Amino acid sequence: MSLFSRRWSPYLVGVGIGVLSWATFLTLDKALGTSTTMVHVSGAATALVAPEHLKTNPYYAKEITEKTPLFDWQFFLVLTLPVGAALAAWLARDFNVEHVPALWRWRFGGSRLKRAIAAFLGGVILIYGARMAGGCTSGHGISGGLQLAVSSWTFFLAMFVSGVATAFALFGKEGRKHV
Amino acid sequence: MFDTYPMIVGGVLTGLVFGFLLQKAHVTRYSVILGQFLFTDFTVLKVMLTAIVTGGIGIYAMYGIGWIPHLQIKTAAMAAVTLGGLIFGVGMALLGYCPGTDVAAAGEGSRHALYGFLGMVVGAALYSETMPYFKDTLLKAFDYGKISFADVTHLSPWIFIAGLAMLSAGIFLLIERWEKRVQFRRGIA
Repeated sequence: MSLFSRRWSPYLVGVGIGVLSWATFLTLDKALGTSTTMVHVSGAATALVAPEHLKTNPYYAKEITEKTPLFDWQFFLVLTLPVGAALAAWLARDFNVEHVPALWRWRFGGSRLKRAIAAFLGGVILIYGARMAGGCTSGHGISGGLQLAVSSWTFFLAMFVSGVATAFALFGKEGRKHV
Repeated sequence: MFDTYPMIVGGVLTGLVFGFLLQKAHVTRYSVILGQFLFTDFTVLKVMLTAIVTGGIGIYAMYGIGWIPHLQIKTAAMAAVTLGGLIFGVGMALLGYCPGTDVAAAGEGSRHALYGFLGMVVGAALYSETMPYFKDTLLKAFDYGKISFADVTHLSPWIFIAGLAMLSAGIFLLIERWEKRVQFRRGIA
């Protein structure tokens, strides 16, 4: 495994993410997370049309503060996340330009519009759930999981059960042959 | 409006490394995420459990010797965490990514991940506008505070970390054995 190989062992990557979390805790006093940034992005868009709304809406007022400004550390993390992924893909010539995934195509056809609408709706539902729970796969799953948080392991279990149920509802047992 | 300079540099570097690692494990792939939910690919579980065990050892060690002043545990508002998790799972199976892997997938070329990102921003706006209606009810129901399993049981966190490490090792052994069997069967088919 080198910087140029396409795929690293998932165990090695897991160790890498674990060590990365040591670094953010130690140097920034922060835990890895991503989903709060979506609130900051929608807040930035809101600020363009109605800046006072960021102060009157209780959720924006709670999430966007002096200590966690609109463009906070996590905003920059999410900004460079695709750059890091692009760099990894470029080094290994491993880009994956994908409009409609194979499994989706098998079940719902090759329409790009249909897939785009599903991805959009999936995104809406995903973040609604993440904000209700207070975190996502990184903030709850990894950061909270490694701190042995009761909230995070509950979230992890709930999202896994629901993800499995939804995947089987969408693609069925037959879908397992087409992943 | 902007964080301090060191925090911005920290965020930039963390994002670069995190994105790089996610791509190298291919958890930026729709097929890998759906493969986990359909139990044909266990990459997601391998990455997450290894990260949790590795992270836990370092964080609790540094917390123990005082290098880390406090933990960052999220409140156990059980109703919101459970319902939020159930909603999140539906979204993740439909989109095929979670928030971090969606953004990383866009970086390695996934086009539908871009629509997923738009959806996530709209979802955040929708949540901000609707949460005032349930912030004093659902979000506060069964809230046990910022507790860990060590707090609840009054046991050492190291017992849980050791248990988790052994459990993960057991799960990994089973998965590896299963993967070999599938490969063998494909070989003779």
